[in-house]
Amino acid sequence: MADGTYIATALAAAVAITFALRAAPFALKAALRDSGLVTDIGRWMPLGAVSILAAYCLSSIDVSGAGHGIPELTGVAVTVATHWWRRNAVLSIVLGTAACIVLANWLLP
Amino acid sequence: MTSIGAIPTGTRKRSDFLAVTRDVGVVWASLFALGIGFGVLVTSHDLPWWLAPVISATMFAGSVEFLLIGMLAAAVPIAAIATTTFLVNSRHLFYGLSFPLDRVKGRIAKAYSIFALCDEAYAIITSSDPATLTTRRISWTQLGLHFSWAGGALIGGLVGATMLSGVKGLDFVLTALFVVLTFDGYRAHRDRTTLILGAAAAAIALLIAPESMLLIAMILFTVALGVRHRTNRRNTDG
Repeated sequence: MADGTYIATALAAAVAITFALRAAPFALKAALRDSGLVTDIGRWMPLGAVSILAAYCLSSIDVSGAGHGIPELTGVAVTVATHWWRRNAVLSIVLGTAACIVLANWLLP
Repeated sequence: MTSIGAIPTGTRKRSDFLAVTRDVGVVWASLFALGIGFGVLVTSHDLPWWLAPVISATMFAGSVEFLLIGMLAAAVPIAAIATTTFLVNSRHLFYGLSFPLDRVKGRIAKAYSIFALCDEAYAIITSSDPATLTTRRISWTQLGLHFSWAGGALIGGLVGATMLSGVKGLDFVLTALFVVLTFDGYRAHRDRTTLILGAAAAAIALLIAPESMLLIAMILFTVALGVRHRTNRRNTDG
C-alpha cells in the first residue's frame, strides 16, 4: 500500500509540471506578439498537430496481436468512407468505432 | 466549477451547451469510457479507488496518467515522475502558440482553458469554425471533456473491473476523432505542405524514437515550420 505523503507529493509535482507546460507558450506568445513566425505557426500548427496525433494512434495499432489489427484498420476504413460520404464528424466516429468494437469483441475475438 | 464566470444563465447558455453536446458529445462519451478503464487500472494496482478521480480531475492529461499509476504503484522516485511527466507532456508546449485563448473572456475562464488544454480540447477547438468560438462554447467543450474523464475514472474506481472494462476497442474513438479532424483540417485549406510535413515528422519520429514519438514529431514539425516561415519570407522579400 502506497504512502499518502509520497502520492500527494508526486501528484502535486505532476500537476504543476503539466500546467506549467500548458501555460508557458501563452507567456512566450505575449512576448512575441507581433512576430510573423507565431502567426504562421498558428496557421499551420492545428492541421500538423492533428495529423501527428492521427499518425500516433494509427501507429499504435497492433497488427501482430489477436485480431491482427483488422478491427482497427476496418474502423479506420469505415470512418474515412463515412466521412467522405456524409461529412458528419459524429456519424463517422460512431460508425467507425462501432465497426471496430463489433469486430474486436464478437467477430474476431 | 460554478465559479466559472463565463457561464451565464438563460436560454443562450442552454443552446450553447446543446450545440457543444451535439458536436463533441461523442468524444465526451468516449473519454467517459476511457476514464472507466483508468479507474479500473488504479484499483487493479492496489491503489485507493479515490485516487482515480483525483488524478483525473487535477492533471487531466490522459496518457501520462496511465504511466503515473504504474510509477506510483512501484513507488519510483518523485524526480523520475517529474521527468516523465515533463517529457510526455512537453508536446503541450506547442499547443498554446495557436490556441485561440483570445476568444475566452475572463481571467478564471482563461486560466481554466489553459489548465484543461488536453490533446482533444486543442484538436477540437482549433478545428472548429472560428466564428462559432465563444467563451461559452470553448468552456463547455473543455468542461465536458474534463467531467467525462474524471467522472469515468470515479465510476471505474468504484465499480472496479466489471462492465465496460471487458469491451475491447472503445479507445478507437480517439483514433477516429484525429483521423476525422485531419480530414476536415485538410479540406478547410487544402494545405498539402502542412499535411506532408506533419506526416514526414511523424514517420521520422516513429523510426528514430518510437517510445517518445509524439514529442519528437512535434519538435521536428515545429522546426520544419520555422524553416518554412523563413523560406516564405525570403521568397516574398526577394
